[in-house]
Amino acid sequence: MSEKKPERRDFLFTASYAVGAVGVGAVVWPLIDQMNPDASVKALASTEVDVSSVKPGNTITVLWRGKPVFIRRRTQEEITEARSVKMEDLIHPEKDEDRAKNPEWLVMLGVCTHLGCVPLNDKGDYDGWFCPCHGSHYDTSGRIRKGPAPLNMEVPKYEFVNANTIKIG
Amino acid sequence: MSDHDYTPTSKVGKWFNDRLPLLTLANHLTDYPTPKNLNYWWTFGGILTFCLITQIVTGLTLAMHYIAHADMAFESVEHIMRDVNYGWLIRYIHANGASMFFLAVYIHIFRSLFYGSYKSPREIIWIIGIIIYLLMMAAAFMGYVLPWGQMSFWGATVITNLFSAIPLVGEGIVTWLWGGYSVDNPTLTRFFTLHYLIPFLILGLVVLHIWALHVPGNNNPVGIDIKKPSKDTVPFHPYIVIKDGFALLMFMIVFAFFVFYSPNILGHADNYIEANPMVTPAHIVPEWYLLPFYAILRSVPDKLLGVVAMLSAILILAVLPWLDTSKIRSAVFRPLYKQFYWILVADVLILGYMGAMPAEGLYLLIARVATAYYFLHFLVILPVLGFKEKTIPVPLSITESVMGGSPNLATARNKESFEKSK
Amino acid sequence: MKNLIKLSYILSFFFLSTASSFSAEKVDYLKTDWSFKGLFGKFDRGSLQRGYQVYTEVCASCHSMKYLSYRNLGEKGGPEFSEAETKAIAASFEVIDGPNADGEMFTRPAKLSDKFVMPYENVKAAQAANGGAYPPDMSVLVKARGGGVDYIYSLLQGYEDAPSGMALDDGVHYNKYMYGNKIKMSAPLSDGLIEYGDGTEATVEQMSKDVTTFLMWAAEPHLEARHQMGFKAILYLIILTVLVYFSMKKIWSRVESEV
Repeated sequence: MSEKKPERRDFLFTASYAVGAVGVGAVVWPLIDQMNPDASVKALASTEVDVSSVKPGNTITVLWRGKPVFIRRRTQEEITEARSVKMEDLIHPEKDEDRAKNPEWLVMLGVCTHLGCVPLNDKGDYDGWFCPCHGSHYDTSGRIRKGPAPLNMEVPKYEFVNANTIKIG
Repeated sequence: MSDHDYTPTSKVGKWFNDRLPLLTLANHLTDYPTPKNLNYWWTFGGILTFCLITQIVTGLTLAMHYIAHADMAFESVEHIMRDVNYGWLIRYIHANGASMFFLAVYIHIFRSLFYGSYKSPREIIWIIGIIIYLLMMAAAFMGYVLPWGQMSFWGATVITNLFSAIPLVGEGIVTWLWGGYSVDNPTLTRFFTLHYLIPFLILGLVVLHIWALHVPGNNNPVGIDIKKPSKDTVPFHPYIVIKDGFALLMFMIVFAFFVFYSPNILGHADNYIEANPMVTPAHIVPEWYLLPFYAILRSVPDKLLGVVAMLSAILILAVLPWLDTSKIRSAVFRPLYKQFYWILVADVLILGYMGAMPAEGLYLLIARVATAYYFLHFLVILPVLGFKEKTIPVPLSITESVMGGSPNLATARNKESFEKSK
Repeated sequence: MKNLIKLSYILSFFFLSTASSFSAEKVDYLKTDWSFKGLFGKFDRGSLQRGYQVYTEVCASCHSMKYLSYRNLGEKGGPEFSEAETKAIAASFEVIDGPNADGEMFTRPAKLSDKFVMPYENVKAAQAANGGAYPPDMSVLVKARGGGVDYIYSLLQGYEDAPSGMALDDGVHYNKYMYGNKIKMSAPLSDGLIEYGDGTEATVEQMSKDVTTFLMWAAEPHLEARHQMGFKAILYLIILTVLVYFSMKKIWSRVESEV
């Protein structure tokens, strides 16, 4: 087998390899994308919650996209406490005014930003939440104050459809 | 397995290869001397490997979304078709892939029958192939049950009931297969489990199939033993790789046409009706690739004997290397066998057609004749032919057959295509 | 190359023979031009939207479509109602949700994510209301019938007086295209039965075509994407096949020179 004229085969072979590689890529993508959220999961984007029966100082937990959402009707003391904290004392500085547009209602994902556990209500050193998994303390605005979690608990997109109904998502 | 000693050039390569000779294996596979006159019928081995991998990959992804429960299976398939990203594409590839797999395996089997590839010293390759084929049928049948449509349900009922033909223990076996008193949820979940398992068994057998092939090397259209490596052989890479690749691409065009433009033509409309244990569809037909055996089953008017005939039709292939008494492999040099070969091909196609027709009147009569001929071919014609047939002189080497203008059609054609490609 | 031609002959013979064997009892269905057939086939949006109207106003009182969601009506490749229209369509249906905080079920207007509301709670209820016959779910009806769209299209227009000598029970109707010619559904369409929003004249033929188109989409919602991808995929394969073919010839020419 004598290998003749190796330079002449270059274009044809390179083109075949290149076109073949494009095809392999095009085939691989559907196999990866099928694991992303499907159309029916994406469609379950919003949920409506009736909050008329929640009393001040109480928290209800609802499920949204498979995750717990805390809806807390805060007392005046809690609001005052949350709004009097200095920004420089915070690990992840955010104003309470930005987190709770309507100060009476705090709506946030009940998911610890450390590794995803659900924090406990009315626990911890800052009168807010305490995550039992690895000891993160959150204040009355759901902001991280102590412990391994890096961020405040996330506030999802939500709106008041009317005085008694919150639409999350 | 080593045809010649191989030493990696790099130090790391040598270090690794001394501990796990993967590089020796890779070298063996690329250098593997292959007869240079293999025609396109030989490309179906590679195509079948592609089919198996396609089925495993698409099957794994489907299994991420499919729910093996009698109440949810049909719905979960619709969920895949409607909501899962590219779910429709993956499912249609998997469903049509089964048909393409069988198409390729039938061509592969009939190529072997024509060129006598099952004969000594390749009996073990052939028998492993028959086991793979049986497992393929089992996998395809159980896979067809999973969407839980009407054909799934009634196909499962009919095929599992075949076991009730066994005297004394038949009924017990069927109940055991079902896990109940009818095909139901326990049946579905165990079929799903086995459908998931079998492809990996096939994969293991394919490795053995290729291993057994690499001991004597490939048969070839002339059917003679050749020296390896020699003027009659080319290294597997790049010669056979590129040729297999070209044939595979042609095959994929056909495949793509089914997937994108007629994804349901090979299936049955009734399987889009959810399983209903109280209504049997008007015509129960298996998938096209099982039709010849279905015709054999129905052409015998006795329950037990029908099942025996159907199983024998497949198992008879396993002893084919000993039924065929001819010393000559390739049909090219066996003028009479060649004719009987094409009659057998026609016979199997006729059986397939009759399997799709109602089992009555003329259809049934033709099916019976075709069934009888099928067994006649293997049990009488082949053994007798080996002794009686006057064969054409076989060339001494492939090179001689190519150069010497022998009456060999296959090699002549090969030469022609070589010349055209100049 | 000759081998390949031979192979393609055998291939086509095999598939044609098996494919035709399934439709042994050939019936001449009514023909019409379906825009969604062929290599580049697409749905006619207007027809899909009208077809949806026929489905909701006529079929939906008996036939469910349980695998479709209201959001599908606004998705690409479908009737493509605007988001506002789709939301309005969904909101016009009441679905049962719950249980609420008091543990009770309640009704609310449907949302985009909800599945199409079913006319009956279950199969038994559907049978009871329809003289024992279950009006089949229409989600994949087109794919579940041998003749596909042509069959449905013909069936809707196939109602005739029974030929003399054929006795029909109460609640059974004669239909030229129905398997066995007896059907429990009375003729569902009549000229001018509904008033199309876009002013198209609602003849039986027009409504049959529109609703059948709609059912085809319902059964095969990704048909347009499939056709588009198929064309690209096959074009791609042909290009690569040509490249590989010439590469192969070049590689094999080395052997030929040696022989």
